[in-house]
Amino acid sequence: MSFKHKHLLGIQALSASDILTILETAESFLEISAREVKKVPTLRGKTIVNLFFEPSTRTRSSFELAAKRLSADIINFSNQTSSVSKGESLKDTVLSLEAMNTDAIIVRHSYAGAPHFISTFCRSHIINAGDGAHEHPTQALLDAFTIKQEKAKFKNLKVVIVGDILHSRVARSNIFLLSKMGAKVVCVGPPAFLPIEFQQFGTQIDYNLDRAIEGADVIMTLRIQLERQQKNSFPSIREYRNIYGLTEERFRKAKKDAIIMHPGPINRGVEISSDLADSLQSIILKQVENGVAVRMAILYLLLGGKDRETSD
Amino acid sequence: MRLLIKNGRVIDPYSGTDETLDILIDKGKIIDIKPKIDGKDNKVLDASRLVVAPGFIDMHVHLREPGQEDKETIKTGSLAAAKGGFTSVACMPNTNPVNDNCGVTEYILAESKKHAIINIFPIAAITKGLKGEELTDMADLVDSGACAFSDDGQPVQNSQVMRRALEYSKITNVSIIDHCEDKNLSRDGVMHEGYYSYLFGLKGIPAASEETMVSRDIILSEKYQSKIHIAHVSTKGSIDLIRWAKDKKIEVTAEVTPHHLLLTDNLIESYDTNLKVNPPLRSETDKKALLQAIKDGIIDAFATDHAPHTFDEKEVEFNNAPFGIIGLETAVSLLLDKLIHKNIISLQRFISMFSTNPAKILGLKNKGKICVGADADLTILNLQKDILVDTNTFVSKSRNCPFNGWRLKGAPVITIVGGKKVYPFK
Repeated sequence: MSFKHKHLLGIQALSASDILTILETAESFLEISAREVKKVPTLRGKTIVNLFFEPSTRTRSSFELAAKRLSADIINFSNQTSSVSKGESLKDTVLSLEAMNTDAIIVRHSYAGAPHFISTFCRSHIINAGDGAHEHPTQALLDAFTIKQEKAKFKNLKVVIVGDILHSRVARSNIFLLSKMGAKVVCVGPPAFLPIEFQQFGTQIDYNLDRAIEGADVIMTLRIQLERQQKNSFPSIREYRNIYGLTEERFRKAKKDAIIMHPGPINRGVEISSDLADSLQSIILKQVENGVAVRMAILYLLLGGKDRETSD
Repeated sequence: MRLLIKNGRVIDPYSGTDETLDILIDKGKIIDIKPKIDGKDNKVLDASRLVVAPGFIDMHVHLREPGQEDKETIKTGSLAAAKGGFTSVACMPNTNPVNDNCGVTEYILAESKKHAIINIFPIAAITKGLKGEELTDMADLVDSGACAFSDDGQPVQNSQVMRRALEYSKITNVSIIDHCEDKNLSRDGVMHEGYYSYLFGLKGIPAASEETMVSRDIILSEKYQSKIHIAHVSTKGSIDLIRWAKDKKIEVTAEVTPHHLLLTDNLIESYDTNLKVNPPLRSETDKKALLQAIKDGIIDAFATDHAPHTFDEKEVEFNNAPFGIIGLETAVSLLLDKLIHKNIISLQRFISMFSTNPAKILGLKNKGKICVGADADLTILNLQKDILVDTNTFVSKSRNCPFNGWRLKGAPVITIVGGKKVYPFK
């Protein structure tokens, strides 16, 4: 097993075999979280920082638990309670944290490229936990892990991603990953959220959910990111729900064994009906559970084994 | 003492000259041009194997003074200009305070007289405070020395205000320069909108935000028979519009920057903030259209849009970085290498776009040409000189240049302003 990257900045930089390595490693970590004593000594003595400039429930806790179950020390940083609120620059903030001898920094930032910028002056391993509308690689990896659990393959699976594709880092990372693994990705949403150029990422685009959902194996709904919206991207939430909301009726057009995914947080009754979100076909909580194992795998592959050569 | 420049290959697009001539200069003016002028009693400058051109004029720079002297000053900006082969620059009004009144214009001119080693021509604001609402006292500003008007960076959005400015420019007879950008279309954008902005997750500035304003300006220019100059053209669509307007004899002129001719949006993969500029680096298709346009003579002038920012301001997340690239010290070498040595355009056109045309657009009557009676501003080029762009050697206060490390052939080697050699520095 070889994983030669120093950082995890995005799916784009990973090969299909890198992705498989991560997924296989995650497989072996899955069982640890089910133990009575959920801890192994693998990363004992390593220091990891959760550097979150945006709010997060799942990703931050998931990384924290992943680090702790591997016995690493992890501290949480949030911009509300830090010197960032006093006007400290990102570079100075990161250099100060790194001066305390960190081994890895997990970055969530509202601006695309912030983790890439940090990686230009930092010694630590940088893990992108979501940068603006760019990438969210660990989400795509845990989604892939979950799809593989359910469908055992990627090749020729029809995956429909519905919603605000333009502003979604989850959509981008999933598009890159699933295309690399041979799945057929169809993006669906109103035109303001779905620029025609997305076809160049190897996906199909469709403005009509009723048509696109036919024969789907996986339906991934995305949250309407009200905090990133500009006025008039679509007329109203009501119209959005009518045209793009995932309802029981629409879901029936997908394959019988189709599964429903959502990266969270959910706007119940907007992009997905509440009943569907809680239905048996919904694997939303499975995604969250798998997230810990996938992030353990990533921490292990980047930080584990002192003698391993790393390059990027 | 008179200065005699001997044996240079004199290229003057104004008269169509391209031959080896001697030029005699006295009291800041060219007083004689002949194949052989006697050297005695004169200080002689040997220009053998060099090209002697009318002084280059950068009609679009930001000197940051008054108000942002940490980025650049009139002094350092003029040093950078002289080193880059420019004898004159026109500086944009987005200073602090804004150059929207005679006091600021006169201040810039007074400081230039004290500290600048080249000619500085202030461009005044079209509207008070660059707010796009009320016209400045344009006639007064021209009397104080404003050479043109522009709300560069904060362009006039209200078409009625632009119409009034264009109408009024018929009295002052100086150019209105527009940075064409519909701010509603470009809001929050940080790079060209297209495949790469979607790939990198950065908000786009659509080509349409430039093109809608270029078309507006052309229509207003035609309707009210006023001259309009389009700053830093960056898209194929703008080129098509300007081509159409010129065919119809509408009085539109345009400039292009070296970075838009040489760089494209895909480079932003690195999130290098030195590539963040407005208008943004566009697509390969746009770049090709710009190159074709300079071949076809659709674009009149080269301009750098020299926009200095400090290292700290640029050493941040891409979204947080200010827009701007500096260009005074690299423009001439970049374009000699990429346009002349690559046979894209002739030296005549090259020099007319760096000198003759900007002089004409700015109404600088005794500049942009080599003839008896003209100002003795000369740019002397060595077409064969190999240089390495090294931002550490820049005399500008700022380093925000994406060309660091480029090896180029061709460079400005001597700059003469008003008959005095200002570069190489003493």
